[in-house]
Amino acid sequence: MTDQNRVIIVGAGHNGLVCAAYLARAGREVLVLEASNRVGGAAVTREFAPGFRVSACAHLSYLLDAAISRELGLSSHGLKHARENLRTVAVAGNGDHLVLDGGRLEAGRLPDKDRAALAEYHARMLRFARVLAQQHNRRPPRIAGGGRREVLAAAMLGLDVRRLGRNSMREFLRIAAINIFDVLEESFETPLLKGALGLDAVLGTSLGPRSNNSVLTLLHRMSGTAQGPAGRLSLPEGGMGAISEALAAAARAGGARIRTGCAVARITLDGARVSGVELEGGEMLSAGSVVSNADPARTLLGLLGARHLETGFVHRVRHIRSKGMAAKLHLALDALPEFTQLPAQFAGERLVIAPDLVYLEHAFDHAKYGHCSPEPALEITIPSVHDRTLAPAGKHVLSAVVQYAPFDPRASGDGPRRELLERALGVLERHAPGIRRLVVASELLLPADIEREFRITGGHWHHGELALDQFMMLRPVPGAAQYAMPVGGLYLCGAGCHPGGGVMGSAGRNAAKAVLATERAA
Amino acid sequence: MSIRDAMGRKEHFRKAVWETPFHPRTAALNTLNEWHRWKDYTTADAYFDQALEYAAIRNACAVFDLTPMTKHRITGPDALPFLNRLITRDVSRIKPGKVGYCVWCDDNGQVIDDGTVFHLHAGDYRLCSQERQLDWLSRSAFGFNVSIVEDTHDIAALALQGPTSCAVLKAIGCNGIERLAPFGIAWFPFAGGELMVSRTGYTGDLGYELWIDPVLALSLWDVLFDQGAQHGIRPMGTHALEVARIEAGFIQAGVDFLPADQAIRLDRTRSPFELDLARLVDLGKPNFNGRRALLAEQRRGSRYRLVRLDVEGNKPARSAYVYDRKRNVVGTVTSAEWSPSAKSNIALASMQVPWGRPGDELWAEIYYQRELKWSRVMARCRVVEGPFFDPPRRRATPAADF
Repeated sequence: MTDQNRVIIVGAGHNGLVCAAYLARAGREVLVLEASNRVGGAAVTREFAPGFRVSACAHLSYLLDAAISRELGLSSHGLKHARENLRTVAVAGNGDHLVLDGGRLEAGRLPDKDRAALAEYHARMLRFARVLAQQHNRRPPRIAGGGRREVLAAAMLGLDVRRLGRNSMREFLRIAAINIFDVLEESFETPLLKGALGLDAVLGTSLGPRSNNSVLTLLHRMSGTAQGPAGRLSLPEGGMGAISEALAAAARAGGARIRTGCAVARITLDGARVSGVELEGGEMLSAGSVVSNADPARTLLGLLGARHLETGFVHRVRHIRSKGMAAKLHLALDALPEFTQLPAQFAGERLVIAPDLVYLEHAFDHAKYGHCSPEPALEITIPSVHDRTLAPAGKHVLSAVVQYAPFDPRASGDGPRRELLERALGVLERHAPGIRRLVVASELLLPADIEREFRITGGHWHHGELALDQFMMLRPVPGAAQYAMPVGGLYLCGAGCHPGGGVMGSAGRNAAKAVLATERAA
Repeated sequence: MSIRDAMGRKEHFRKAVWETPFHPRTAALNTLNEWHRWKDYTTADAYFDQALEYAAIRNACAVFDLTPMTKHRITGPDALPFLNRLITRDVSRIKPGKVGYCVWCDDNGQVIDDGTVFHLHAGDYRLCSQERQLDWLSRSAFGFNVSIVEDTHDIAALALQGPTSCAVLKAIGCNGIERLAPFGIAWFPFAGGELMVSRTGYTGDLGYELWIDPVLALSLWDVLFDQGAQHGIRPMGTHALEVARIEAGFIQAGVDFLPADQAIRLDRTRSPFELDLARLVDLGKPNFNGRRALLAEQRRGSRYRLVRLDVEGNKPARSAYVYDRKRNVVGTVTSAEWSPSAKSNIALASMQVPWGRPGDELWAEIYYQRELKWSRVMARCRVVEGPFFDPPRRRATPAADF
């Protein structure tokens, strides 16, 4: 059959585009099908009010794999950064802010003890994050039934941990599965510092600072920074969509075709192998392989169907924990807001509002029981400070991650959205008096809205909680961690796979390698 | 005790071990008063004499209370696709009015249980299993438009097995029953209700299984024993049935294989190939639980082989190790009995591949006790192909009168 060489990629999220680019460069006929009208998935820039554009889901770049960026020549495809190496400002209600550049305090007051501990803590966590970063571009080892290659892969992982040295290894093993609350409590005194560092560990997760695995999520977040300068917090010019546009250009340059506005209704089968896809309009497209950038549950239970899989596997896929708790707030502002006593030079940095760890844990508690946090924690960027393409002259856009909002709130209808918007504006007003009066338009995306707009089951950034039981060779589920699914010719390439979410691209590249390796073996 | 009281309320919680609807009759006939617990029903080991009960199976007919066997009613538009994904064989070939023996596996191709699928009416199935399966069936139902009801309590069932079984059914009014082929189902009006008869059983003989509303259970029992008296009808307990099923070469979950969902150790489970049930596996179906693992096993080869052994001497080789030329343990006997019909000492054994080929020199290590003194004997074993006892009357249609 002539279409056997064709690879269809379902979804033009950043991982789908990375996968498309690598497969196209390897000479495959690649067709990317995207349901929405623009490429990028959760790394997109879109208008939310007339003249105001914003990174609609992910709003900071810090994990994009440096090798992928280089190999695909993203800068030659137009990717520029409006600002690199953003500082983090721990915003204090009383104006006693802390400005952090990694492990260094750039401005603000900290006791000497905390200042020293901060440098030590940052270095220690980076060392551990590097172990994770080393795994990003590797296929996770199989747990059972593997040959020499699997044993070797598992040994490499062990070796990476062992190379930390005895004391660090012991420390790594001690904290890898525990919670960030305890780790920060034993390292620091200043509540504001602990709050800001704690927020890093739980952003985008369904974890509170006292939940176990919250150290692992921190290390995952830091694993980009661990790569070096490329992993610093940065704002792409034109928003996160610029990364996707550059990836799409790289894929097209390699020969891939990208069709937007065509949603895949189902993955079709010929016997026990995939034969292509059927679009929502009924159009049938055939292909030898189908690679899905959609989340595991949507791909396997929605597009493919449980009946084409085995009972135990379906059971595991159904129980992937993938309910998100992060909401996204977008404000169109008439002018740059002023945070109490924050010098204007810092307004364009990454601003975090998490006064202390108990505040953060309380915010989580409400969401755990189905309510929006009455006092949410915020991660704020005002990208228009650096990037004039996003707002009309003199005006600004504010983009904030709001923690926490339940995926399935107790209350129905528009109530929870209105309530959380009000609460978030309340928190903002306390720290930046007068900001409310600057708001021209607003948009709040709850996890359920994120599920709808970005087609991510559960609305979770990572397509599934990052936790030890859903990590590496257990991601998305045991028995499917090597990108190839149990149905012949079907692959996953999204954040639901190793190494997980964040705009990274590694899952897409690893999946492309898996497709090519399978073809070679056949 | 009935599972429901006169008001239709469930009463099952009042007792840990229940009695079947036939209990008033089985209890009266159980002169040995020997019972055991089978899936939370009290069940007779034997009624009056195990050997005579067995003799009735092979020479007249015997009645076994089958009610405790786990039963599920599977209906809905996706009943067939559901079963075809669950079960290793092609269920679409079991036509309405037919029964099929089957096994089902986990994702690793290891057998969870064996049982029978009854295709009662188009798209309407009964699945009988040895073990409780509602959890696995419900879990497997995700993505299918199917209804699964465990109705063990709601159906009274008897096995009527033996050469005169057909004659007894004719005598109670099952007209034309002799034309029912093996694995066929027929329905007859009975006492204002309906009696379902399937030509199935666990004895490898001419025999039937009878399915009826529990309220008619005692009427059925009474008319069977009334009309069956002249045909030598007897009640039988599990001991007699056990001898018959081993003679027929039938396996039993928990005895000849460990249900995969109960296993903790990886090497304790068995695939259908390893249980000599390759005929029940249709790898041509695009998907069913265990298919990928079974394809891989087919390429790689199996670890075990289930064999039938004819053991020298007359001491049943229960739980015996099987040796290769008296040196290495190469297998284990899972079931063993003296077979009165085959007049031989028979056993089912799970052998490590490649052992168990016809002609292999194998030895069973049998321990036995005489007046409190244990002795050990090494008995030579011969691998037998096919059942130990397989009378032509088992399949003859029309069924003969004896």
